[in-house]
Amino acid sequence: MPNAPGEKSRKGRAAGAAASLVAVAVLAACGSDSGDDTTLTWYTNPDSGGQAEIAARCTEAAGGAYTIETAQLPRESSQQREQLIRRLAAEDDSIDLMSLDPPYIPEFAEAGFLAPVPEDVAERVTEGVVQSAVEGSTWDDELVAVPFWANTQLLWYKQSAAEAAGLDMEEPVTWEQLAAAAEEQGTQIAAQGIRAEALTVWVNALIEGAGGSIIEETAEAPEDIELGLRSDAAVEAARVMESVAPVGGPAFSTAGEDANVTDFEEGDAAFMVNWPFVWPRALGAVEAGTLEPSVPEDYGWARYPRTVEGEESRPPYGGINIGVGAFSQNTDLAYEAAECIVSEENQTYYFVTNGNPAALASVYDDPEVLEVFPQAPLIRESLEAAAPRPQTVYYSEVSGALQRVYHPASSVQPGVTGEQAAELIQAVLAGEELL
Amino acid sequence: MSTTTLPPGEKTDPRSAPERKNGVSDRARSERKLGWLLAGPAFVVMLAVTAYPILQAVYESLFSYRLTDPANRSFNGLNNYWVILSDPIWWQAIWVTVFITVVTVAVELVLGFGLAMVMAKALSSIRPVVRAAILIPYAVITVVSAFAWQFAFDINTGFVNSWFAWIPGVTENTDWFGDRWQSLLVICLAEIWKTTPFISLLLLAGLAQVPEVLQEAAKVDGATWWQRLWRVTIPNMKAAIMVALLFRSLDAFRVFDSIFIMTGGANGTESVSFLAYRQTIARLEIGLGSAVSVLLFLVVVLIAFSFIKAFKVDLASTRGE
Repeated sequence: MPNAPGEKSRKGRAAGAAASLVAVAVLAACGSDSGDDTTLTWYTNPDSGGQAEIAARCTEAAGGAYTIETAQLPRESSQQREQLIRRLAAEDDSIDLMSLDPPYIPEFAEAGFLAPVPEDVAERVTEGVVQSAVEGSTWDDELVAVPFWANTQLLWYKQSAAEAAGLDMEEPVTWEQLAAAAEEQGTQIAAQGIRAEALTVWVNALIEGAGGSIIEETAEAPEDIELGLRSDAAVEAARVMESVAPVGGPAFSTAGEDANVTDFEEGDAAFMVNWPFVWPRALGAVEAGTLEPSVPEDYGWARYPRTVEGEESRPPYGGINIGVGAFSQNTDLAYEAAECIVSEENQTYYFVTNGNPAALASVYDDPEVLEVFPQAPLIRESLEAAAPRPQTVYYSEVSGALQRVYHPASSVQPGVTGEQAAELIQAVLAGEELL
Repeated sequence: MSTTTLPPGEKTDPRSAPERKNGVSDRARSERKLGWLLAGPAFVVMLAVTAYPILQAVYESLFSYRLTDPANRSFNGLNNYWVILSDPIWWQAIWVTVFITVVTVAVELVLGFGLAMVMAKALSSIRPVVRAAILIPYAVITVVSAFAWQFAFDINTGFVNSWFAWIPGVTENTDWFGDRWQSLLVICLAEIWKTTPFISLLLLAGLAQVPEVLQEAAKVDGATWWQRLWRVTIPNMKAAIMVALLFRSLDAFRVFDSIFIMTGGANGTESVSFLAYRQTIARLEIGLGSAVSVLLFLVVVLIAFSFIKAFKVDLASTRGE
């Protein structure tokens, strides 16, 4: 088709104008979020709406100094890490506050992704906080995040089943006793056998409970990290896994916390190690009419089982600490907001409504908390004794390798699996093997 | 390219035209130029969005580079490739991926062909409904489909165990995701359900290309339905079958979503893509992960070439040149 003179350039101009219009619109859309300097974005892990409510409360309390907006991260903690770390590697300045799972904090801190905690803030936010939560927020002897809430697992049991098995739950129990009782009663132990972070939590608690550690000595160079997976403690831990796997139920190798609590509620399992959320969940289900009231009435709780007799158990430590993004434009305001978020009032609110235990020890004496959570004193005791997962910059590799070797739990062999895991972790950290 | 739009008489003209230069006429040259002008922008965009990342990955794969530790990035030549190729995990992932690809593509081809025949032969009044019904799974997002299949087979939430307890080996307590082969079976089923419509759509296009006169001639010669299928229909849609097989094989070889959702790579169900994900995204080892991705790319290229060689089909012939 012949072109009329000038038509081509006219078309070109029109196309150019359209393109620049689109570009302006796109840029404007990108800029509108960060245009307001006093808006802080808080990347939160999914919960029952508690963090959004706390954000609203703190925004109100700030009296216009800042507004906190929440942005939700993926459900799995490993995926939360992936999303945050990739954004931070690209120096994303929209990340002002983030809810961090403690084992990943060293990696964030070492990479320089966390804004340094001002000394006065550090002093205030660690006062009266349970030890494990302070440790979980510390890297290289420095506080790098603000302790928010601290989680730990308890041993949940059906009182009727424990009684029938003749277990004295007032006294500390061992995994071995539980496995024997479950076998005798024809019931199950609900534990986290799934190939996920939860499996690492279990392995870590078992090894720590026998007096060992997955990482005995950390080091700057990944290949110099000393592992404790060949120790006697690791053998004891493997022995426990070996004895629990046969009574872990038919889907033990895919069972995570949620599947565990379903089994426990339905009565398939009479014993369970799990986080305290199971209690409000059961009460909520009764209220909603989906669970018989007699089920939670039969619930009993005790300290996490012992790996070996005569040695105190070291329950898992979890929870969330608040990190402030190193590339945030408002780190001072962000720390101000973080202090508000972790206030005693907010921690109490979060504990009572969302079932997430506080990092502040004083919250456990609150009558409101005690009314909702009769387990509160036990949770606090567990938190004081809890063992964090290995603190290392290479946590993701360590955990991934452990999951690969220790899964399924039915294949675990004392004296063999630990050795294999140690070899794999060392090879992966030395860059000699894939994960 | 655009010659097919010309009347048959004109089509042969340029070849005998006297103004040929280097065997190409002016007309063909100007058409070629027009072709480049039309396809050029798309070609540039393709280069920007595919060639650039591929070259970037090839470059990154020569380094030891952790995303959180850019200061210690160092060149290590082909070491990443050596680490990968000497690791049994890589070979296991390759075999799992080959297994999934072969099983799903084979089943999909047969099923897809059947569905294409149904779509082609369905009464014209119900044809749109049949087509829409067949295409629905393909419209479902893979992650959603993977979740649906996972929930169906899950020991707690699933209905499969109670509905199919009459099948030997299936009981109320069958943990589908607790064992390698059972997990792979569910993954394959989900993939087949999801992508058979794609194959059937491509084959339907191929079926439409088979000239009706050939069918009628065969019928007149007394060929049975079966003979017509094997001697007339299938040979005439070789190009369509090859395109369907090629596209689906390349797609199947990159399987990721279903595995990620259903097993998370447990019980030896990791595919090559999953391995790339774990190194690059989970471990943040950009160098190692890029090397896995480059190897995956090479395998995919190899599959494409071997298909084209094996079928001896010139893709251009589908354009009618």
